[in-house]
Amino acid sequence: MSTVESLTTPRNGTSHGVHLPIYMDNHATTPMDPRVLDAMMPYFTKIFGNAASRNHSFGWEAEQAVEQAREQIAKLIGATAKEIIFTSGATESNNLAIKGIAEMYKERGNHIITQVTEHKAVLDTCKRLEKSGCRVTYLPVDAEGRIDMEDLKRAMEDKTILVSIMFANNEIGVIQPMEEIGKLCRERGVLFHTDAVQAVGKVPVDVNALNIDVLSLSGHKIYGPKGVGALYVRRRNPRVQISAQIDGGGHERGMRSGTLNVAGIVGLGKACEISREEMSVEAERLRKMRDRLQAKLESKLDHIHLNGTMEHHLPGNLNMSFVYVEGESLLMGINDIAVSSGSACTSATLEPSYVLKALGLGDDVAHSSIRFGLGRFNTEAEVDYVADKVIDVVQKLRELSPLYEMVKEGIDLTKIQWEAH
Amino acid sequence: MAYSDKVLDHYTHPRNVGQMDKGSAEVGTGLVGAPECGDVMRLQIKVNPETQVIEDAKFKTFGCGSAIASSSLATEWVKGKTVEEAMQIKNTDIVKELSLPPVKIHCSVLAEDAIRAAIGDWKKKNGVQESSAAPMVATAH
Repeated sequence: MSTVESLTTPRNGTSHGVHLPIYMDNHATTPMDPRVLDAMMPYFTKIFGNAASRNHSFGWEAEQAVEQAREQIAKLIGATAKEIIFTSGATESNNLAIKGIAEMYKERGNHIITQVTEHKAVLDTCKRLEKSGCRVTYLPVDAEGRIDMEDLKRAMEDKTILVSIMFANNEIGVIQPMEEIGKLCRERGVLFHTDAVQAVGKVPVDVNALNIDVLSLSGHKIYGPKGVGALYVRRRNPRVQISAQIDGGGHERGMRSGTLNVAGIVGLGKACEISREEMSVEAERLRKMRDRLQAKLESKLDHIHLNGTMEHHLPGNLNMSFVYVEGESLLMGINDIAVSSGSACTSATLEPSYVLKALGLGDDVAHSSIRFGLGRFNTEAEVDYVADKVIDVVQKLRELSPLYEMVKEGIDLTKIQWEAH
Repeated sequence: MAYSDKVLDHYTHPRNVGQMDKGSAEVGTGLVGAPECGDVMRLQIKVNPETQVIEDAKFKTFGCGSAIASSSLATEWVKGKTVEEAMQIKNTDIVKELSLPPVKIHCSVLAEDAIRAAIGDWKKKNGVQESSAAPMVATAH
């Protein structure tokens, strides 16, 4: 009889030279880099001023720190400091960008183009705009997870004011053809917004080289604090205007009112500075670890499926389906490792991942998917532990799987009349 | 998501995993669920033709931990029961025993379906009327 013995108790402590539990879900969030925390600390108790206070040194010092952070962020993406607007995070940045542009440019047009594997912060914002007179085209993606440039060309029309396409996907790590999209948008005089939350700090991003007009980024995805993000808004060629979505004291050049989160902003700035300095070395290290994880899994397991093209891919991402094993049961067996699954059972909606479905994968493959998100603080020893554990649990669950048994017996599962329920 | 101790126990030590000869007249097989829904259960029973007592049961399940636990528990419960007694097992009994949360109730429903499907298959093989409570006539084998 097969058992998943000793694999289900969450363990805290050390095993095979690694500390458990292992965090390998760095697309969800990242731990803060201690250097970021060090930079932030003085801004809670000592330099606590309101950056908008113009009449005393407390305010001036806070403002100086904010302006330094603006420079650090701008430098990472090839922008200028005045083009950076602080927000509470990328969800707010995406809302501000899309709603703010739709409102500001409504005389020019009401058509927006996006694509189906965007984050909900973009998709649901677009859906809301559809209720107030906007038209939105949701481009499909191919089996590799990328949009077809011909589809984008065809979707553009006179009334198109905005194209919003994410830089890199949060589930499958696939990078969209940013250069081509930017070039086309510039030629057609359409604004180009990108949700670059997963890309900034991980791969080179240059808003001028890529003709990006508006860009969303977040602190907690790049080893900075949660609750702080930014929106890049181009000031020249063209000058982009955005209608404020939060009214108040007119902070951030009127685009986003609210007292600045100085400590968080300092942290975001520091996180961007570290990322810029260490990106090339870190990306190479993550890519090697990711490849090692993939190679180990592929060497021991059959019927596994890589989700999303590996050619245009974030270095730390591996999204894999272990077919004939349900994702949540796999997570249950590897519960000293923090990863994510596209399984319906792990989502609030009980629907499998819409991103994986958009690739044309069957629901059964989506149910079997695991997202590994490698980050700055993962080690090679952790990769080895994770690979061994996943292999062990997948093999044990496949002994329990009637589907795996049937496939091994040569039965074609697509020929079976399954009862839908 | 927190799992109850009983779900964890069945997941860690699943009872009665395996398969029996589908072709045998004594064996009834129920295959329920669908891969695209994220759970498929196969539950098999071996019935004594004289006494109609379920003498053995086996399962294999593709699904979440609660689905594995529900089907593992189902095999434990049907063993030693007569076919008619096993028909009385309700999904709500499984929910209660395993302390399944509302989002996992469908796992228990599937396990009940699997029991009924296995019994139905056995009855069909042995020429027993679906609704009949009368003693079966054993077929030659």
